[in-house]
Amino acid sequence: MIALSDYLILGAILFGLSVAGIFLNRKNVIILLMAIELMLLSVNMNFIAFSYFLEDLAGQVFVFFILTVAAAEAAIGLAILVVLFRNRQTINVQDLDSLKG
Amino acid sequence: MDFTRFVFYVFAAVLVFAAARVITVRNPVHAALHLVLAFFTCAGLWLLLEAEFLAITLVLVYVGAVMVLFLFVVMMLDINTSPLREGFIRYLPVGLGVASVIVIEMYLVVRARNFGETVIAIPARHPEGYSNVKALGGVLYTDYVYPFEIAAVILLVAIIAAIALTMRKRPETRYQNPVEQVAVKAKDRVRVIEMKAEEKNP
Repeated sequence: MIALSDYLILGAILFGLSVAGIFLNRKNVIILLMAIELMLLSVNMNFIAFSYFLEDLAGQVFVFFILTVAAAEAAIGLAILVVLFRNRQTINVQDLDSLKG
Repeated sequence: MDFTRFVFYVFAAVLVFAAARVITVRNPVHAALHLVLAFFTCAGLWLLLEAEFLAITLVLVYVGAVMVLFLFVVMMLDINTSPLREGFIRYLPVGLGVASVIVIEMYLVVRARNFGETVIAIPARHPEGYSNVKALGGVLYTDYVYPFEIAAVILLVAIIAAIALTMRKRPETRYQNPVEQVAVKAKDRVRVIEMKAEEKNP
């Protein structure tokens, strides 16, 4: 049978891949949003694995709320992206320097 | 190696492959489609963990709604991807280095010696007729009812925010003005003009 450590290592690999994705696609906002979704997925995987192995449903309830918040975040993020593209004709992070930060 | 283990390794391999394609592929549409594959595979893994409700929710909400929204946006925007790929090779060593450090550190913490089969025993499968949805609902509507309602409010706020962000006033669009409509009087509408009658064939 599969032990808890297998699921946790899989979650860690997924999280590492999404961190690498944020480094590699620093200019493309869409891929950045997708990498954040992947990160949330790996966290959810850990929650569900712990929930199963500790026989506690609280982990699954937490994943439910993470899914809710992630859906809201994706909707607002994409809305911001659409407005951004309408105003600047680009989604390149490098061009978004009007705040002079 | 029993069948469950085989299924786990196949799904894990597909999941890692899909995640790697999401971050390396050139075309954002392909990235979104690989993300769909990753979510679907993850739902399969969650079924192995007896989280049936969340697995179905992942497929319905993420694959069905969020990823379709992603694909809509990606296809709607006319993006030139070549300038967005600048620095991909330059940041490759840094990204891989940080990612491998994270993975190695996590492995040192969660390896089989600390979280293996001997430390945390594998629980017995639930008996036939056990409903994960029922159990989750029983917890969600009693102990977590206030967070549940807050989640509903968060979704409402997200709807309003998304609409308010993307709605724009076009100059050619005509709107009703209820204030003026209510304040109108009959004498403003009809104008009686005195004039001579016009004859048809003089």
